[in-house]
Amino acid sequence: MSQQQFDRRRDSGAGDGPEPDATPPPTAPAAQHAQRDEALDSLLDEIDGVLETNATEFVHGFVQKGGQ
Amino acid sequence: MSGSAPVGVGRVMGIETELGITSTQRDAAGQPVTPMVLSGQVVRAYAAGAPAGAALPAAAGWDYADETPLRDARGFEMARALAHRSQLTDVEDPTIATSVLSNGARFYVDHAHPEYSSPEVTSPLAAVRWDRAGEEVALAAVRTLAEEGLEVRLYKNNVDGKGASYGTHENYLVPRSVPFDRLAAALIPFLVARPVIAGAGRVGLGQASERPGFQLSQRADYLEAEIGLETTLRRPIVNTRDEPHATPHLHRRLHVIVGDATMADVTTYLALGSLSAVLRVVETHPHLLDGLALARPVAAAQQVSHDPTLRATVELADGRHLTGLDLLEAHLDAAEQAAVSGHEAWGDPAEEPTGPVLRRWREVLDTLRRDPSEAAGQVEWVAKHQLLQRFSERSGAGWDDPRLAAMDIQWHDLDPDRGLARRLRAAGRLDRLVGDDEIAHAVAHPPEDTRAWFRGEVVRRYGAGGGVRAASWDSVVLVDGRGRLRRVRVEEPTGGRRDTVADLLDRHTDAAGLLSELSSEDV
Repeated sequence: MSQQQFDRRRDSGAGDGPEPDATPPPTAPAAQHAQRDEALDSLLDEIDGVLETNATEFVHGFVQKGGQ
Repeated sequence: MSGSAPVGVGRVMGIETELGITSTQRDAAGQPVTPMVLSGQVVRAYAAGAPAGAALPAAAGWDYADETPLRDARGFEMARALAHRSQLTDVEDPTIATSVLSNGARFYVDHAHPEYSSPEVTSPLAAVRWDRAGEEVALAAVRTLAEEGLEVRLYKNNVDGKGASYGTHENYLVPRSVPFDRLAAALIPFLVARPVIAGAGRVGLGQASERPGFQLSQRADYLEAEIGLETTLRRPIVNTRDEPHATPHLHRRLHVIVGDATMADVTTYLALGSLSAVLRVVETHPHLLDGLALARPVAAAQQVSHDPTLRATVELADGRHLTGLDLLEAHLDAAEQAAVSGHEAWGDPAEEPTGPVLRRWREVLDTLRRDPSEAAGQVEWVAKHQLLQRFSERSGAGWDDPRLAAMDIQWHDLDPDRGLARRLRAAGRLDRLVGDDEIAHAVAHPPEDTRAWFRGEVVRRYGAGGGVRAASWDSVVLVDGRGRLRRVRVEEPTGGRRDTVADLLDRHTDAAGLLSELSSEDV
């Protein structure tokens, strides 16, 4: 068993030619972030109905006994 | 005994989880029902509501004989002798309810929390599977109670944000031959850094959330010592409890008390996989971990946990400064190097379970180094941080806003509708490693390659009606043909496996039949 299976990351910078799975991300970071925010927004909209309406009271009431 | 010992990142392991519990129930005097009573309801309800054969009744008992602190005083004869009734906890009192499940787990009341202690498994992936099964067990109990008109909510977290913390403990079987001080020295810097890939995230800094903010770990602020025996006070990074529940001269049960309860599959997987890998390095190539000792470990645990940018550095004993990512990378480098050394304890490093764990560990570290937010599908604290941060951007809520604290708590609610982690999992935003079918199977069935198989199968096949009276990690107490209690010990964690005892169980329809064939032999 060779070490290369774990070492792809370090080898890819060592000049053996480009690794096919080391291609740059297809979209620019800004576009990616916008996409992510959009997905998060739709998720937040979706869970809006189950979020505690009285957060202060809910947080105040969540009291546990210490354990291990 | 046939079969080979687990290799690489495989080893006997398991996870115990104390669940947070709330209810609006009031007693006859109008007072809130205590968490002890509520926890008892949960355990009783699972045993009562589960299908036939799924669990021993909560009043059946736990065999505490192997858990006395007087281990050295107990002789071999004692271990094989008849069990005395006084050694079993007969639970008329619901607040000490305990049940042994057909999947080999223990579900019981630990002080003021219901606790699910998973069966012994031999790989990180199996640990994830039986940990998720525990979520379903708890949820089934909540649903049974709801049908009875009793409202209870369970939370798979470790803090209430007001000073109380309760544990998720991992257990790893380690050869007794490895010196404990060497284990501890290797584990301290690793456990300080592990929340970077294994934290569940938490809103609030300080034990009682005295300061606003977000941190990686639920538990970091509750660590107060480097090494110690306690689990509830002055919690140590490395716990020295030595109660192996296994052949004592061969094994140590390493009890890790600093981890978070996690709901993201990859997070749970890497938490156990990375730690098991580090243990294997300590066993085979301890020098590879030299030079990673920290100058001030307890403070470092908090520094790492309090920095979601992952840029904070901690000081090493040799004066270097490394980030949590740097530390984990050093541990992974060591594991990779040891894995390909040819040492037989590593087995084939490309195969399950080792190859997938080390590759996934590397991928996640690379992703976190590039941009932590890209690891939201794998690392639970990142997923929580991202969701809460977006909420904050839209609503203007700061980290001191109760809405974020509420979302933090609600993240861990086991209810699939209300629980935010469960919602993300269902929406495909947390990568899954185990499917719903596998989880359902793991609720009812034990792992096949440890003694949990014997424990779970006697419960499933014979049950209380068939003479199964109680169990513990290394024993099952059965009723023989003359009505006497007999203890069958399975001291080796990889004894009592399916391949060694299935024929025996197949030949009998109850415990008395089984005992007639066993005489006093251990399984």
